[in-house]
Amino acid sequence: MSERFRQALDGITRVRGVRGALLVTDDDGLVIADSVMEDVRGGAVAALAASLATRMGKAAIGARIGESHFLHLQAESGALLVMPAPNGVLVVVLAERNVNVGLARLEMLRAVEVVK
Amino acid sequence: MSSDIRSLSAELARDPDSLVFLELGEALRRRGQLYAAAKAAVAGLERHPRLADSHDLYARVLVDMGHLQQAYEEWQSTVELDTRHLGAHKGLGFLCYRWGDLDGALEHLESALAADPMDPSVVQALRMVRDAAADLTDAGESAPQSMFEGLEGARHGLLLFDTRGRVLGGGMSTELGEDVSGDVAAYVAGGSHEADRSSRILELGDWEWMIVEGPGGSMHVSRSGGDTLLLVARDGSVPSGRLAILADRASTVARDWLEAQQP
Repeated sequence: MSERFRQALDGITRVRGVRGALLVTDDDGLVIADSVMEDVRGGAVAALAASLATRMGKAAIGARIGESHFLHLQAESGALLVMPAPNGVLVVVLAERNVNVGLARLEMLRAVEVVK
Repeated sequence: MSSDIRSLSAELARDPDSLVFLELGEALRRRGQLYAAAKAAVAGLERHPRLADSHDLYARVLVDMGHLQQAYEEWQSTVELDTRHLGAHKGLGFLCYRWGDLDGALEHLESALAADPMDPSVVQALRMVRDAAADLTDAGESAPQSMFEGLEGARHGLLLFDTRGRVLGGGMSTELGEDVSGDVAAYVAGGSHEADRSSRILELGDWEWMIVEGPGGSMHVSRSGGDTLLLVARDGSVPSGRLAILADRASTVARDWLEAQQP
């Protein structure tokens, strides 16, 4: 993993409650770089996040929201956050339910700046 | 055991690396011996994990066993290995249709048609899905738009629909007044199945809501009891927290309305 990618992901994983951060290709959901806890299946997170982002992206365009720039899935025991970068890369975060989404999002924006 | 299955089993026993497991698994599936068919498919997959047909066989068995989500995943693996796999696109089209994701169903059935333009079952399925899409639009047009009367954006940014994408109430329209309720419901219903799958595989528990933000605003999708979904969309001037409050209020109205519909 390149140093700049590692630093971008480390910034995200330092946020309390974040279990993993990944850079993922948006078309096929492959992992470009990741920083995840041992029990997190990075490949599965990447594939599912990309697939969800594609589906909900179509919905957003249909609802005239436009190209999605942030997706937040909130579940009983955790959250999945997805932020597209302009070059076909998704910044994906898997977090605990009570994560500070604002802080995580700030670090995701920084990661987008690094990868674009 | 019938003679064909016996001879296929014997052939596989002689040469465990042979592809005869495909024929054997399919024969067992057709006879309704689903456990044996699954066993043959899994054994074949272990020996031939990069063979698209082995994933396709297992997916068909899984569908017959009622494990639709797993079948979907196997067919996804199939098309990753062979993007023009007829059986997988037909299967995915069927599952998308069954889940109300008409957009996904059309996409896969059109891919199936491209793989084999002469397959009558694909032509028939495409016709059925297109008819269903037309019905969905009609249903959207006749849904009670006034359900959310009194709430902010009642007729153009609040939509209640089921997980098959059928509009139950409210409405969604563009700034020019174009009704996009049916399309949006179909897309979001498809997205909700992805959310189900993601939450299950990542062990997040049931998903509660999703927010998608874009340059034109935000949309908040939540469950509204049973298999119904509630969508609230607003322009960028409404912060996410406010959107969640609106969604909560609309959800209460929707639940009351749904209860009133019970016989």
